[in-house]
Amino acid sequence: MTASLTLNKITAQKGIGITEAANRVADLGWTPSYVQEAMTFPTDYKISKVARDPMKQVLRSYFPMQEEKDNRVYGALDAALRGDMFRNVEPRWVEWMKLFLAIIPFPEISAARSMAMVGRLAPGEELRTGFTMQMVDEFRHSTIQMNLKKWYMENYIDPAGFDITEAAFGKCYATTIGRQFAEGFITGDAITSANVYLTVVAETAFTNTLFVAMPSEAARNGDYALPTVFLSVQSDESRHIGNGHSMLMSMINNPDNHLLLERDLKYAFWQNHAIVDAAIGTFIEYGTTNRDKNKESYAELWHRWIYEDYYRTYMLPLEKYGIKIHHDDVSEAWDRIVKKNYVHKVAQFFSVGWPVNFWRIEAQTEKDFEWFEHKYPGWYAEFGDYWKWYGRKSKPGETNILFDQENGYVYPHRCWSCMVPCLIREDIVCDEVDGKVYTYCSKQCAWTHKLAFAAEYEGRPTPAMGRFSGRREWEDCYHGWDLADAIKDLGFVRPDGKTLVPQPHLRFDDKEMWTLDHVRGHTLQSPLRLLRELSPADREKSLAEYRKGFKIRPFN
Amino acid sequence: MNAQVQTAPQKSGAAGAATFAGSESRKYNYYEPKGRKATHYEDMTVDVQPDPERYLLQDWIISFGDGRPAYSKDSTAAKSSNWHKFRAIDQEWERTHYQRQSTICGMIQNVIDNGRKSGAASRFDKTWIKVLQDHLGAYKHAEFGLGTATMQAQRYGYTQMINNAVLTNSSYKLRFAQDLTLYLAELGIDIGPTLDTAAGKKHWLEDPVWQGTRKSIESIMGATDYLEQYFAINLVFEPLVGELFRSGFIMQLAAAQGDFITPAVVSAAEADYERNLANAVELFHILAHEPEFAAHNQGVFNGWLAEHGALALEAAKNLQPIWSQPRVKVSSFADALAAAKNRIKNIVTEVGIRAPASLTA
Repeated sequence: MTASLTLNKITAQKGIGITEAANRVADLGWTPSYVQEAMTFPTDYKISKVARDPMKQVLRSYFPMQEEKDNRVYGALDAALRGDMFRNVEPRWVEWMKLFLAIIPFPEISAARSMAMVGRLAPGEELRTGFTMQMVDEFRHSTIQMNLKKWYMENYIDPAGFDITEAAFGKCYATTIGRQFAEGFITGDAITSANVYLTVVAETAFTNTLFVAMPSEAARNGDYALPTVFLSVQSDESRHIGNGHSMLMSMINNPDNHLLLERDLKYAFWQNHAIVDAAIGTFIEYGTTNRDKNKESYAELWHRWIYEDYYRTYMLPLEKYGIKIHHDDVSEAWDRIVKKNYVHKVAQFFSVGWPVNFWRIEAQTEKDFEWFEHKYPGWYAEFGDYWKWYGRKSKPGETNILFDQENGYVYPHRCWSCMVPCLIREDIVCDEVDGKVYTYCSKQCAWTHKLAFAAEYEGRPTPAMGRFSGRREWEDCYHGWDLADAIKDLGFVRPDGKTLVPQPHLRFDDKEMWTLDHVRGHTLQSPLRLLRELSPADREKSLAEYRKGFKIRPFN
Repeated sequence: MNAQVQTAPQKSGAAGAATFAGSESRKYNYYEPKGRKATHYEDMTVDVQPDPERYLLQDWIISFGDGRPAYSKDSTAAKSSNWHKFRAIDQEWERTHYQRQSTICGMIQNVIDNGRKSGAASRFDKTWIKVLQDHLGAYKHAEFGLGTATMQAQRYGYTQMINNAVLTNSSYKLRFAQDLTLYLAELGIDIGPTLDTAAGKKHWLEDPVWQGTRKSIESIMGATDYLEQYFAINLVFEPLVGELFRSGFIMQLAAAQGDFITPAVVSAAEADYERNLANAVELFHILAHEPEFAAHNQGVFNGWLAEHGALALEAAKNLQPIWSQPRVKVSSFADALAAAKNRIKNIVTEVGIRAPASLTA
């Protein structure tokens, strides 16, 4: 046999090229003449230009490629068990996965649903193939994440919290932000939700912190299952980013769309920042035991992925089309992270509310303090004593820290827009919409509710735009309830009927674990309901006091 | 000398490293499995799409401009006292879906590659090549229409189980539409300019033989009720038109025209349909035997059956001339249509409704 003979040379035969294949597939569509397709998902945008498919992939190469990716993922999960991964995993990390993996499958499948919304909007059929693959991808992501969660439940030391996951997702005071994130993909103006909010901002910008930065931290904590799954998920995102950009390009040349695009880019960026940075920042900074000072902090990761990668190379070039970019919001988000301690305040809030969580949060310790102070100078003065109080109050028999009067923490108002509480106290905004009083974490979130999610925007009718609805303040659902009764109603009680699912420590010992009896006798209240009951003058006084913030009492 | 080595207690995050309340709770416990034990599909699927009547404490928190919530029971005329009862018969979640789709892609590619390598297309009957060009080429658009209709429908269902079954249905249809497109293009490489790959779309849009089918498909695409779409596709169009053309024509006649490739390509769609059909029959059977709304639902289904059945039957009858076109005739349109009518009769009987005489006579 000659040296130049290869199998490929024996088997190869002339085929059709990628571009030709994509063109032929795009030609499958036609303009109906007997019955028009119903435009059941409205938009106020005008889309006249045919959206191009940048990836030019067809399903017969897509499915084998995805199966191969799956084989690697599931093989790695098997290998992790054979390698006894859970013997060395850090429980501090896996506990936060109870929250993360309760949230993420619904946003993922919502993204699949949203492909129905954009599928009919783009003239021509070229991008339909891209949307088809994204739809199936998102189905992949949702169920592969449910599988990972089940895998943790079966193999991790404490399965409680994983076992109630989807029920917990619907009820928890923390997962509420994930529901805001996911419903943003599937309701309201189809372009606002399924294109700008989902693909142009969430997928293009924030999946990098979600699915790239976070897996790195998982690996540092002995968890190499999460990186395996999520980097595989992220490898699909580049196609979605292409879909989003292509759709954006089919609208951006029409000046009639600019006002709405500016509105939606501003809303979507700010809300993604408020929600994703709150959750992922906390997981990365507070769910880790790795305190290597050479690794990037969340702030540094944010600068790399959001500021440099997204803002400078994706958003700024949109200005050449005449779009006004919300530069001030980008720098304000950055300031919230590096100067106003947004992530640290979120982590503090999550830990204060541990009795109504469904995972364990242990206290940060001296080793953690040193790293935080190194990365965020001034951190110790503001948060050091809090975490010492938290450690002390983690023992059953102490007053749970949510109702503890000793440490000085003041329970926050909830933002009506992003649903993260108003943790940067000096920035709280109180405003009225349709005669009702609401609280917001920032002026951007107040703008989102009052001006963006409305029937008119800057004098232009926007009938397709969504509206905020439902019982958006979680605390209102349990106003006047005893804490123990609320926890029972939430279903956050272990199978023995008394031990709580959440625990403020990682001690896997019944003697150390909190029960309903330990938390009974405290009444939950809605800060917003109380604020609304005040006279306008007293309300102003209360808000002025709130803006001053609180001081954690010295720990001794 | 005795060296005393003190080792710290092994810290382990593994299951079984400690025993405490809840340490053995290793099953998703928030839903009732259909069978005695939860299946993997159920664990991957149930309750991922929340419901204010189950665990969604704060209700849906963003609505459409007209006040519709993210998901509403009003997205279909059908009613249920328990939308969460349905489980897909094919039990598909991502892994099984990709495995199956990938296997089909490989099977089709192998058949086409090996057929082309053996010069199969050069031995196709010349008349048959024109049939493939005009009619298989036209039919691929019907499959695409079903794929886009189900892509639309998967947004509306009240539960994850319904929406995912509709989603995989869409995935299968869109893959098959592409399978046919790319197969015909590859055939064109071997056959040369005699095979006009643009002819199929022209026939789809203009040939009277295909206008009934196009009207039927466009009626499904234009429906605003997602279950009406799912019903019309799997319980009406597929047996009366889809199978009629795929099994009743292509797969029966191809071999006699010297074509062993096309039946293999088309066979994948028949297997896809068996799964989609099983899912659809299960869902509509549950709804037709609803403890509270059986009569209402049967009325709704009968309405859909009458409307889409009439369109599909008209479409099927319009296809008759195609059976006369192949040079070697091994089966008749009458036989194929009789089989299709029998098929729809069996399907709707399985669901628990009656097909009107106009469809089965």
